[in-house]
Amino acid sequence: MKAYDLVIIGGGPAGLAAAAAARENGIESILILERDRELGGILNQCIHNGFGLHTFQEELTGPEYAGRFIAMVEELGIEYRLHTMVIDISPDKKVIAMSREEGLFEIQAKAVILAMGCRERSRGALNIPGYRPAGVYSAGTAQRLVNMEGYMPGKEVVILGSGDIGLIMARRMTLEGAKVKAVAELMPYSGGLKRNIVQCLDDFGIPLKLSHTVVDIDGRERLKGVTLAKVDEKGKPMPGTEEYYSCDSLLLSVGLIPENELSRGMGVEISQITSGPVVNESLETSIEGVFACGNVLHVHDLVDFVSEEAKAAGRSAASYIKGINKVSDGRVIRLVPEGGVRYIVPSSICLERMENKLTVRFRVGAVYKKAAIAVYYDGKLAARKKRLIMAPGEMEEICLEKERLLKEENLKNIVICIEEEKAQEGMG
Amino acid sequence: MFDVIIIGAGVVGCAVARELSRYNAKVLVVEKCEDVCCGTSKANSAIIHAGYDAPRDSLMAELNVRGNEMMEELSKELDFPFKRNGSLVVCLEEEDRPALKELYERGVYNGVKGLRILSRKELLELEPNIQENAVGALYAPSGGIVCPFHMTIALAENAAQNGAEFRFNTMVKKITREEEAWRLETESGSFLSRCIVNAAGVYADTFHNMVSSQKIHITPRKGEYCLFDKTAGSHVTRTVFQVPGKYGKGVLVTPTVHGNLLVGPTATDIENREGTNTTQEGISQLLAKAQTTVKELPLRQVITSFAGLRAHEEGHEFIIGEASGAKNFFDTAGIESPGLSSAPAIGVMAAGMIRDALDLKEKENFIAERKGLLNPAALSLEERRALIREKPEYGNIICRCEMISEGEIIEAVRRPLGARSLDGVKRRTRAGMGRCQSGFCCPKTMEILARELSADMLDITKSGGAARLLVSSVK
Repeated sequence: MKAYDLVIIGGGPAGLAAAAAARENGIESILILERDRELGGILNQCIHNGFGLHTFQEELTGPEYAGRFIAMVEELGIEYRLHTMVIDISPDKKVIAMSREEGLFEIQAKAVILAMGCRERSRGALNIPGYRPAGVYSAGTAQRLVNMEGYMPGKEVVILGSGDIGLIMARRMTLEGAKVKAVAELMPYSGGLKRNIVQCLDDFGIPLKLSHTVVDIDGRERLKGVTLAKVDEKGKPMPGTEEYYSCDSLLLSVGLIPENELSRGMGVEISQITSGPVVNESLETSIEGVFACGNVLHVHDLVDFVSEEAKAAGRSAASYIKGINKVSDGRVIRLVPEGGVRYIVPSSICLERMENKLTVRFRVGAVYKKAAIAVYYDGKLAARKKRLIMAPGEMEEICLEKERLLKEENLKNIVICIEEEKAQEGMG
Repeated sequence: MFDVIIIGAGVVGCAVARELSRYNAKVLVVEKCEDVCCGTSKANSAIIHAGYDAPRDSLMAELNVRGNEMMEELSKELDFPFKRNGSLVVCLEEEDRPALKELYERGVYNGVKGLRILSRKELLELEPNIQENAVGALYAPSGGIVCPFHMTIALAENAAQNGAEFRFNTMVKKITREEEAWRLETESGSFLSRCIVNAAGVYADTFHNMVSSQKIHITPRKGEYCLFDKTAGSHVTRTVFQVPGKYGKGVLVTPTVHGNLLVGPTATDIENREGTNTTQEGISQLLAKAQTTVKELPLRQVITSFAGLRAHEEGHEFIIGEASGAKNFFDTAGIESPGLSSAPAIGVMAAGMIRDALDLKEKENFIAERKGLLNPAALSLEERRALIREKPEYGNIICRCEMISEGEIIEAVRRPLGARSLDGVKRRTRAGMGRCQSGFCCPKTMEILARELSADMLDITKSGGAARLLVSSVK
């Protein structure tokens, strides 16, 4: 059996950044396992620009952004295998993988970083009624077909879901000569970044129909059309508001789900809310020496933050392999999401192992205007940060400083919540 | 001139073809779709009923019990997944107890073995996820689950192995009598046959009524279903029915042979014989009903929903035999539930009638066994390693959710009666049937199909006909 200090599952942005950081922190024996035909993950099909503003202070396309990290990994001489599917990881970190070239093989790892990314929610998960014709695609599949395989999945398009991939694909399909008739969004607000709504819909005059959903899919063989309807506050379609759109394709951008089949298989504790592993300050899962980062941990909006998080996971894995930063007193502070905050990553902090600064990421559950992020240390207000607007589609973060936390005697809980200003404007 | 032409390559048509292929006869199966198992056989509960439900002294009861008894051996002979997981009919109201008792007695009368009435305590021990307010249940250990795709494909492949011919995309337009034979006008030519088997599912009345003055009428009865992810597959281990009570017939909750959880069906009579669309009301109705018997149903784990049409005949009885006034035209009509369970027995019965009518003789070289697709997941690590060494395509995983390799997809296409579309590959290999519902593997499977069929990517379809997946190349 082969043995490596660190095995990284997935060669997308998270896996690449984690590998580079681990190498820079002194780990020589690293192996990245990637199931696709090249490194870079989903970025390879994201040929639009807008990547890297935080990391490189310039605007790159997805492949360019990935390229920089691939170059880094190549320069550092980190080993990787392509076309390689991991089929099982045991709790004692034995990885079983297979590929055409090497067949079925086992690897013993000292530490594992989970970086498998996420997948798209499918039509079935939404129970959209109607027929099941050709022409119904998840937006990411359509993106792969257009950008990587060179095929158009349709020429008259309706998109359900205004997540970023849906918005990006509305523009992409338009640029390729298709007619995008509408983007329907179940919620009263878009799940995508504001800049994408402007650049991908508004600039092309594509209508965004908020509080709308698909209530029927027509066409037995190839899609003929869909029926959109307005929904009430509970998301239920309102009778009488149905409108038929003839189209030959329906793209779904209705949410991403971290791909944690391997994590579950090895017994890693999974959060019900993020569908990703529960991790501590080191991004370590419930199994010692198994770390998670990127979209497998929680779905991100910007790849820059994936890279940042992955670097932290790489550093933590390096410390673990080198046997430093072992815990002595095991004092643990819990991070608790309350009032308006859906989840927080990580969910606990071991002060002893914490780096000097720790970025804590979270999402809000609704749109807030002129509200504040409040942080409480065992019930005592510790920080309050005003924000003009917060939305579920944009990840929030705060930074915790070790020095400050050490000053708190016997700190047990850090609560993060959203506090609305009293005289708040109506949402309209 | 054929000896027998079978109209319809569903489970019944294929079962009849397989049984007929035991004899020295020239057999042709014509099917309007591009593949076997495209109608009623493809979208149903995938249940092998025990046989307590069918009316006493009915053909349904007889063939159900016989089909159930045949299933074990048949599944081994033809290598398709079948599991005798047992079934439960849960009683939720004291007032429905007589109905439970009646089911028990009817079952005993019908010849179902091992039936037992369970107390509430016994029931909850057996199935902890049944609602606490259940008062008891009928337990039928002989109830089972099957893969209807694999069963139908297995019957068809075995029939083909033994010389039966299949023609797809061949819709029958007209049937006329000529002196000593029947003439079938189809979309792709006209055929003569001494004998015809009408196994046309929801269209069986159309063909029957072309040749017989004693008309029948089939009503498509829609059943909608929700399929759950494998993470929910062990929510129940037996097939859980509801006692038909004041809220109607109820829906079932069952594991599938592949480890998913299946919930359904609804029952709505419709006009459209191709009306396999799901509806908002249907889905919410069936999920609500299922939750009356099973608690904590993980609704977030639904991965797809679908609808199938049962071929309901007004008399609610299988119509098997020579149509009145139409010599050598044999019906297998009105095959609604328990049709899948009964199919093997229907095959034997219909083939027997035809053997007698045409005086067919048994072949000496009939091949009774058929081997299914190679399933690498069933191999040991060592065997799998050896397989990939020899055939590297088995090391290339195409469908991540179900872990299906390129090797399996290639085999599905290359087999006799092989897959021609994405759905064809899906039914044979499960590629695309998992939680992402082909999001990742669809482009790769299309590529393999195009390569194997020497077809253009633009001509690859989801399910044959006009179901093309792509519209053009990027300019």
